[in-house]
Amino acid sequence: MPNLSHLNITVAVSGLKTGDNPQPGVPVIRSIRAAGFTGKIIGLVYDSMESGIYLEGIADEVYQMPYPSTGADSFLARLDYILSNSKIDVIIPTLDSEIPIYIRLEKELQKRGIHTFLPTEEQFNLRDKIKLSQFFPPKGIDIPKTHLLNSADQIVKLQNEVSFPVIIKGRLYEAYKANNVFEAQKYFYELQAKWGLPIIMQEIIDGDEFNVVIVGDGKGGCLGMVPQRKLVITDKGKGFGGVVVKNPGLQSYAYKVIEALSWRGPCELEIMKDEEGVFYLIEINPRFPAWVRLAEGSGQNQPAATVLLAMGEEQVQLPPFRPGTLFIRHAEDIISDISLLGEISVNGELIRTKVEK
Amino acid sequence: MNTDQLMTLAVNKNGFIFDPENGISYTVNDTGLFILRHLQKGVEQEELLNLLTEEYEVSKEHVRSDMEHYMAMLKALHLVED
Repeated sequence: MPNLSHLNITVAVSGLKTGDNPQPGVPVIRSIRAAGFTGKIIGLVYDSMESGIYLEGIADEVYQMPYPSTGADSFLARLDYILSNSKIDVIIPTLDSEIPIYIRLEKELQKRGIHTFLPTEEQFNLRDKIKLSQFFPPKGIDIPKTHLLNSADQIVKLQNEVSFPVIIKGRLYEAYKANNVFEAQKYFYELQAKWGLPIIMQEIIDGDEFNVVIVGDGKGGCLGMVPQRKLVITDKGKGFGGVVVKNPGLQSYAYKVIEALSWRGPCELEIMKDEEGVFYLIEINPRFPAWVRLAEGSGQNQPAATVLLAMGEEQVQLPPFRPGTLFIRHAEDIISDISLLGEISVNGELIRTKVEK
Repeated sequence: MNTDQLMTLAVNKNGFIFDPENGISYTVNDTGLFILRHLQKGVEQEELLNLLTEEYEVSKEHVRSDMEHYMAMLKALHLVED
């Protein structure tokens, strides 16, 4: 089990929102703390209402970041400001939309003493939803029948080729089940307005859904892998409960995906197994999922391992996971003080030790 | 009859059953648990009928009908194969 008690470093983690559509930052920090880490943790947030800001024992300092869409210069300028207050040794980004900027800034970050453990830009691009259906099938990895849509008219033209219902997906986030052409067009326009083109139209695979959290070594292997089946699914399709499974077929399929990409760093695979037992790759999320504490709970503290890997440790080993480990997510109210909201809203930062004084 | 899949099941004494390969769980009553545990031990159906008749003091014909129903459910769940 990775032990971080010897590390006197600062780790920055993004994505501190919990609630009904939780981000992975808070569970990642909890896993790092659970590995005995006593150094400083910095929370990087985009919104002053990210609930993890107000949780005690999570982030020692919190800084508001500019959105990645504002560009690398403003992102780097903000990091330089943070570095003038506190060193950062490792950053674990947990949001899809910010991973590319951290990949592109890897050298700039290294110059500043900041380490990451992320995929290359090429690996990142190959797992893009719009590339999955081109890259994986020739490697023997099945993908549900997929059409990339650049106009809503295409849905009408394709209606005889696809069988409804289908899934309509945004390029980055969100997916809806459409029962007919009209619903598909409605979701097309909604997702186009939010996430741009292309929109993905995908056949639905009936069967069992599995999610797998993995840390890839960048050489085609996996340092850790924990598969789960969702037991509780919210109306937004979020898994609020799940159980670790041990399925040799699923695991070898997941290994094959990671090997094909030589993926480096954390990721989550969404996989369907149809009634004939055929596995289909639905999505690859390029970061830890919000349920990553299940990995820690089942014996594999993957966030802690990622800190060590980012720091350059090569002999990081994770033990086998325990099937049958269960997680149930619960909501809890955080009681805080308005002064904390004031600090983060006005100053764009919250230094807990200063507020306490 | 192939009962290999039954061997992978985690069965507790209260009749809660967890299939670690697919994450599905089931519950069975005392009789269901009795049958499952014996099938896991490799006991053949005919012998199991005798054991059930002794255990529950009912006629073999009555047990046979229930047992056939139970086995049909196990087949439908892909837990046993012909």
